[in-house]
Amino acid sequence: MSSVAARVDTDTQLARLLQIGVVLEEVVEVRAHRHYQSLPEAERDDDIEALLSAASEESAEHRELLESVIADLDADSIPFEEVEALVAESYGKTGPEDFDGVLYDQLHGEETAYKFYDDLVDAIEASDAEFGVDREALLATLRDIREAEAEGVEAVAGLMEDRT
Amino acid sequence: MNTADQYLKTIFLVEELNDGPAATGELADRLGVSPASVNEMVGKLEERGLVAHEKYKGATVTDDGEARAREALQTYCILERFLANVLEVDDYRAEARQLEPVIDETVADRLDMIIDREPQCPDCFDAEADACGYLVEEEAVEADD
Repeated sequence: MSSVAARVDTDTQLARLLQIGVVLEEVVEVRAHRHYQSLPEAERDDDIEALLSAASEESAEHRELLESVIADLDADSIPFEEVEALVAESYGKTGPEDFDGVLYDQLHGEETAYKFYDDLVDAIEASDAEFGVDREALLATLRDIREAEAEGVEAVAGLMEDRT
Repeated sequence: MNTADQYLKTIFLVEELNDGPAATGELADRLGVSPASVNEMVGKLEERGLVAHEKYKGATVTDDGEARAREALQTYCILERFLANVLEVDDYRAEARQLEPVIDETVADRLDMIIDREPQCPDCFDAEADACGYLVEEEAVEADD
């Protein structure tokens, strides 16, 4: 088997990639929450609060969807608390410093998630492997999540535009 | 990581190991592809000014190619460290190789936020062990205990 092909061939690889997806969602979820807490009072408003809270909730939903597929593949997910602690540890070094930084970080998080699901869908489509979960249902779930990430990118970009 | 970057990273590492050009056969073995595929990609990379190729000797990365190879190696290090330290995967090397083509560098950058990586990365990559040098050291310490 070529190691350069972007293709998912086994349940183990699939479960591992979904675990990475869970971690990406957890990072977005935790950072969105921390972003809001870290904003100075004067920079908080209803729009940014609604955006960050929706992003956090959506990531939690995506995480749960991925976790259910991971469980069907007989693999373990990554405990939320574990990632939460890692994000907290690194937030001092990687956290944005102002309002624009918060929006950019949120935009980056959504764009990264979109790219991840897009590549994952392509890699599953490129493979003929039979997985331990229904292939079409899996692809439908991943495409839905990808679509939601695209909408998330638009929502952040819209808010950024409104503020300029 | 796209195929071109995987090739550049591998040529760079093989060059480092051999202290000279990377031979087609060795690249084919490391990448799990045929020598014909290596020749084809090396030709494309040469056209793009990223690799120089000398017949019967092998390929070397140019300055531009090396810059790309080092970025790709950094992405690979992030993936290895993430697998080893966050997901606690024992065979992180094999899995990193399998997952590398599906993980984009923007995704790796995001994962990088929650892993501990040395500032000198990727200079500390152990080409012989095909792994982050610090992970190799940690394994050696664990084996001794």
